[in-house]
Amino acid sequence: MSFISRGFRGKRRDVAAAGRVPPGQYVVDDFPVLSAGPTPRIPVAEWNFVVEGEIDEPKKWTWDEFRKLSTEQVTKDIHCVTKWTKLDTAWTGVSVDTILEGVDTAAEYIVAFSYGGYTTNLPLEDVTGGKAWVAFEFDGQPLHPEHGGPARLLVPHLYFWKSAKWVRGLRLVNENQPGFWESNGYHMYGDPWREQRYWGD
Amino acid sequence: MSSRGPRLLEWRLGTVAELVQETPRVASLVLDVPDWQGHLAGQHVDVRLTADDGYQAQRSYSIASAPEDPRLAITVERLDDGEVSPYLVGEVRKGDKVELRGPIGGYFVWRATDARPLLLVAGGSGIVPLMAMLRHRAAAHSTTPTRLLYSSRSLDDVIYRAELERLASASDGVTVTHTLTRMQPPGWKGYARRIDRAMLAEVCWPKDQMPITYICGPTPMVEGAATLLVDMAFDPASIKTERFGATGGSS
Repeated sequence: MSFISRGFRGKRRDVAAAGRVPPGQYVVDDFPVLSAGPTPRIPVAEWNFVVEGEIDEPKKWTWDEFRKLSTEQVTKDIHCVTKWTKLDTAWTGVSVDTILEGVDTAAEYIVAFSYGGYTTNLPLEDVTGGKAWVAFEFDGQPLHPEHGGPARLLVPHLYFWKSAKWVRGLRLVNENQPGFWESNGYHMYGDPWREQRYWGD
Repeated sequence: MSSRGPRLLEWRLGTVAELVQETPRVASLVLDVPDWQGHLAGQHVDVRLTADDGYQAQRSYSIASAPEDPRLAITVERLDDGEVSPYLVGEVRKGDKVELRGPIGGYFVWRATDARPLLLVAGGSGIVPLMAMLRHRAAAHSTTPTRLLYSSRSLDDVIYRAELERLASASDGVTVTHTLTRMQPPGWKGYARRIDRAMLAEVCWPKDQMPITYICGPTPMVEGAATLLVDMAFDPASIKTERFGATGGSS
């Protein structure tokens, strides 16, 4: 490092948190909202969740059916590409492992797609093995539409744009196809610890 | 790790050529950035500050200047409990260098070749990327019919006030409507409340003209205005939003 910003001191974070904050991030206490358009409002009576693509028999759940799946409570740190990190966020949801139970597929990637048209791409191995959930509660309360309710994908080990709000399904695909932000300048994978924010990072 | 992608966004050093105090809390930094690759109106940059012991902090700031402008301008609101903004607005002097990379973001952008009527809705410092669009429109001699609805706390908090007056008086299709939510000067005849349905109905384009709308500001304002437009049956896909943090207390 050669350049020094003259007169800059900064506000140092406490040492305990430092190991949990990826490079270039800072800790917030509130829960900022980032969305590219208006917030979709989806009544749970009209909500569905599907698994489709490279799969013999597509799967589909109504809200009531989905809520009968076994749930997990997880507490995770989340990292937004816009630089904020929020520690110890508490979620309730269905593990993607549960959603994909019994699915036999040769696909190596998924596209998560949402009400409102949002998409994001992920390697299948990044949403299986206890790494991802479809979450419908935050802090013990139903997930607010601004934050992706009725349900959002939760993939806390990647930048938070991968945790698609208003998620309505997973498409199993053979090739890694860029989603919405991945087509608009953001990284295909998005590992916060390697600071993979943008194309070329 | 390097992956696919057409280009790497490298960190560059810009030199502060000019500082413009826009309001008591807001300043623009006009930077000379060697080999700047250009940008689109609405994009942002990441700014990185480094202390002498190596400690670093990064934040994102919207670009305020037009793509046609040879210099790159960012406009920053000073947040008293912030880490980066009090440095950029208060400490930085002309001639200082600032490290940045960009441009970033390919969605909340407007090109002067887009002929659809344009509605811009700003809250506070949310005007910044929208100002880049207005400056781009003027530099490109676009006559796209354009309306700006701009919500500020008081007249003193209006960023780019004189320039907005000039743009509105150029008679080339721009109207500027202010609303002052907390304090109004004596004799103020404009709006004096938060953006609501009646105000949007008066200012926005008729739906059948298929306008494109950009909304930028604090989350509750953006959420409110976008929801109202959807309720008024505007196509959600024609409404682009950019939101600032809910409290803004950390930048």
